[in-house]
Amino acid sequence: MTPDFEPVIGLEIHVQLKTRTKMFCGCELSFGAPPNTLTCPVCLGLPGALPVANARAIHFALMIGLALGCELADHSVFHRKNYFYPDLPKGYQISQYDEPLCRGGELAGVRLHRVHLEEDAAKLIHLGASGRIHGSEQSVVDFNRGGTPLVEIVTEPELRSPEQAREWLTLLRATLRSLAVSDVNMEEGSLRADANVSLRAAGSSELGTKTELKNMNSFRFLERGIAAEIARQRVTLEAGGSIEQETLHFDPVSGEITSLRSKEEAQDYRYFPEPDLVPIATTVAMLRAAREAIVELPRARAERFEDEYGLSVDSAHLLAFRFELANYFEKVVAVREGIDGQQIANWLTQLVARIGDQDPAQSKVTPEAMAQLVELISARAVSAPAGREVLDVLVREGGDPASVVEQRGLGALHDEDGALEAIVGQAIAADPAAVQRVRGGNDKAIGALVGAVMRETRGRADGADVTRLIREQLGI
Amino acid sequence: MSGLIDLSASQAAAAIKRGEVDPGALFDLYRQRAATDSLNAYTWVAEQAPKAPPQPSLGGVPLAVKDLFCTEGVPSQSGSRILEGYRPPYTATVVERLAQAGAPLLGKTNQDEFAMGSSNENSAFGPVLNPWDRARVPGGSSGGSAAAVAAGLAPWAIGTDTGGSIRQPAALCGIVGLKPTYGAVSRYGMIAFASSLDQAGPLTRDVSDAALLLSHMVGERDPLDATSLDFPEPIAMPSRRTLAGIRLGVPSELTGEGIEPGVLGAFQATLELARQLGATVESCALPHAPHALAAYYVLAPAECSSNLARFDGVRYGYRAADPDDLLSMYERTRHDGFGVEVRRRVMLGTYVLSSGYYEAYYGRAQRVRTKIAADFAAAFERFDFVVMPTSPCVAFELGSKLADPYAMYLNDFLSVPASLAGIPALSIPNGLASPPGGGTPLPVGFQLAGPAFSESQMLDVAFALEQALGFDGRAVRS
Repeated sequence: MTPDFEPVIGLEIHVQLKTRTKMFCGCELSFGAPPNTLTCPVCLGLPGALPVANARAIHFALMIGLALGCELADHSVFHRKNYFYPDLPKGYQISQYDEPLCRGGELAGVRLHRVHLEEDAAKLIHLGASGRIHGSEQSVVDFNRGGTPLVEIVTEPELRSPEQAREWLTLLRATLRSLAVSDVNMEEGSLRADANVSLRAAGSSELGTKTELKNMNSFRFLERGIAAEIARQRVTLEAGGSIEQETLHFDPVSGEITSLRSKEEAQDYRYFPEPDLVPIATTVAMLRAAREAIVELPRARAERFEDEYGLSVDSAHLLAFRFELANYFEKVVAVREGIDGQQIANWLTQLVARIGDQDPAQSKVTPEAMAQLVELISARAVSAPAGREVLDVLVREGGDPASVVEQRGLGALHDEDGALEAIVGQAIAADPAAVQRVRGGNDKAIGALVGAVMRETRGRADGADVTRLIREQLGI
Repeated sequence: MSGLIDLSASQAAAAIKRGEVDPGALFDLYRQRAATDSLNAYTWVAEQAPKAPPQPSLGGVPLAVKDLFCTEGVPSQSGSRILEGYRPPYTATVVERLAQAGAPLLGKTNQDEFAMGSSNENSAFGPVLNPWDRARVPGGSSGGSAAAVAAGLAPWAIGTDTGGSIRQPAALCGIVGLKPTYGAVSRYGMIAFASSLDQAGPLTRDVSDAALLLSHMVGERDPLDATSLDFPEPIAMPSRRTLAGIRLGVPSELTGEGIEPGVLGAFQATLELARQLGATVESCALPHAPHALAAYYVLAPAECSSNLARFDGVRYGYRAADPDDLLSMYERTRHDGFGVEVRRRVMLGTYVLSSGYYEAYYGRAQRVRTKIAADFAAAFERFDFVVMPTSPCVAFELGSKLADPYAMYLNDFLSVPASLAGIPALSIPNGLASPPGGGTPLPVGFQLAGPAFSESQMLDVAFALEQALGFDGRAVRS
């Protein structure tokens, strides 16, 4: 009998801070500027240049530490992490080692190991068909990104599934976004995640050998990459093999996992305290400023959504853990007083199903249109299925729901003018078998008749109306 | 014109202000002398005087600058082949400040590669010769600056001191050299050797020149150097004639074994002179000083192994031709671009920082450093200054210590303790002594070390000694 395996997952997350300038020099940060235009002697690692720590970045890192419930060090030190690579102009990265700014902490039941500050490397661009280093004709360096402030967040290995890892990272992103310290955008690289993955016998408290999956650049790839690595390890272990400690790359296109380097090739980074910088002494004033800068965090926001708008726990979390969605929700709610918050939440799920991870504020559906649609549905002027059709149009073309309903004839059919009554009559006439079953006491058989009416009215009729009319006409 | 050469830098500045000397003529005179330098003291000489700021306090007295200070558009090679022809896009803070104050750049001076050496023989651009005896070294690593000032090829100069690189060449060339308190002078734009020790300072003909030059090197902290500090008060011009009330401590650990008899003799004579001037001279203890050299040769290489990692052939400087791959480019660039002493220290530093050895070497050396600083602090409770010879020997013959790195490192054992403690130290010439085995008498240096930011008082005491010593260096300025 093969033992049942349990995945153990830890995340190592890098977050680019949205400061005006770089971590150790005055160069501005800008995504997408022409290559090598935002550089200076410091971030190019020219001889004689010296780093000076960015106070704003330290402030942001303290905010993150506070938001994640970390213990903040009153004395922390920058270290040099030494290794050679063309994207590292000084031959070392200024990072933190055994005296990080923040230790411990917890988010949604997952404990954190540490949070520290460091600088980003420059960007290597591999020219050639693949865009990867293997087989490239030439590699060039863009130093614009070099020296961008990074916060590294390391979790304890307490995540248990790829889905949980993805969900947790989504919450972390919402938390960081609500702090306004980063764009936290995985596609643009302002949020990057590596995952440490291992398996162990279920119920065991010992950890298995872990592998490190590098730089998965979307939430979907993170989930798929971890799932693929768990599957790979499971196959190996079930065949009686053992896992090698190595660093891996997940290719989201092929789904393949390839080795970047093994434990034997692991570098000795020769960490030592950065002599060009003085230690960070965290003052009471710095802590106060960081505390005051923290606005509402996702968990608090979810609770407020429950209290203020009567949302269900699930809806409140769903919205609050996606910062933009929560902002959009609050805009829709604010359009009209007394509007039904839970209804809006339900319809925002429909919107998300259509626009995916896009910020709804960037979609063609304005908060006003969303509010109007929900009102039309609540007033039964539009049926739910027709409402979904209206939403399709809004997502594609924008505009206001009332006009869409008008132009496309999607208004609810009521029985006032007798039209619905006639359609119901036709449906009864067309399906005597169903009528017989209903009359015979099979209440479920009424569904077939309702369905026929709905098809005929293209969903514009109200289901409750239709059921009532059928019963009336059948005299039951 | 030759009379101009005999003016010290401060005398020349004063004469310019009185309208007696034309700064352009002064610049041309020194430019000419620097351009025809036969000591190999310069690696680059200005074509003409840069545009002077209006009414500068230093009058426009030209300045020789050690090669490792970055100077915009001017070769800044730190004595290394790996930076051959490198012209930085910016100027070091201290060079900029001095230019603004009226000390325009005269030329760049030769040095040991990346400031690693005590003889100036480790320069990719050839050794500098000692003007007192051309068969001998000028000391290092600021050997070019020291030789240029001693020989009258520059009115004054700046250099850097990591473990003695200003004081030792000043001693061997018979001039004044001062290493300020760590943090007093901005390191921004100084091509780093060992960041926690490197400090820029003046090399000058006399103590007054050192005070004048230093007064424009320190001041407000440089926002571009996180380790720089506000100097608490302006540097005072020295004027003291007696040493009444001054307490000098003589550390037994640094005034006995390993020092040439001639050097020791001159040192004892200067102590006697100090007594005659009214100072109290008593022995003091620096119990950890004998371990300073070992700690220094762990810490400085550790930092240099990291500081020199940027010289990888990717962005600037020398790159090996036709490498097979990235690794071979790194290896060959750094093998061919660095000299043997630099490679030795990079390897040493890499070793002491490596996993498993860090605590045994770097960690212990840091603790020794703390103890040495504590030794000095304890001494300064009883004494105003601690005094010792600057160098254990007078200038030695070119090539005589090259085969034995350890013998070369021993040159630093009197200067390194103050470096590790981060405190100011100054060397003044206190006479001539014959080398062991006889020969032409050569300059000897007398060293004072004081508490952090005691530069003004230290210069004042040095001035009184200087007046009484009456050292005459004119012979080598012809």
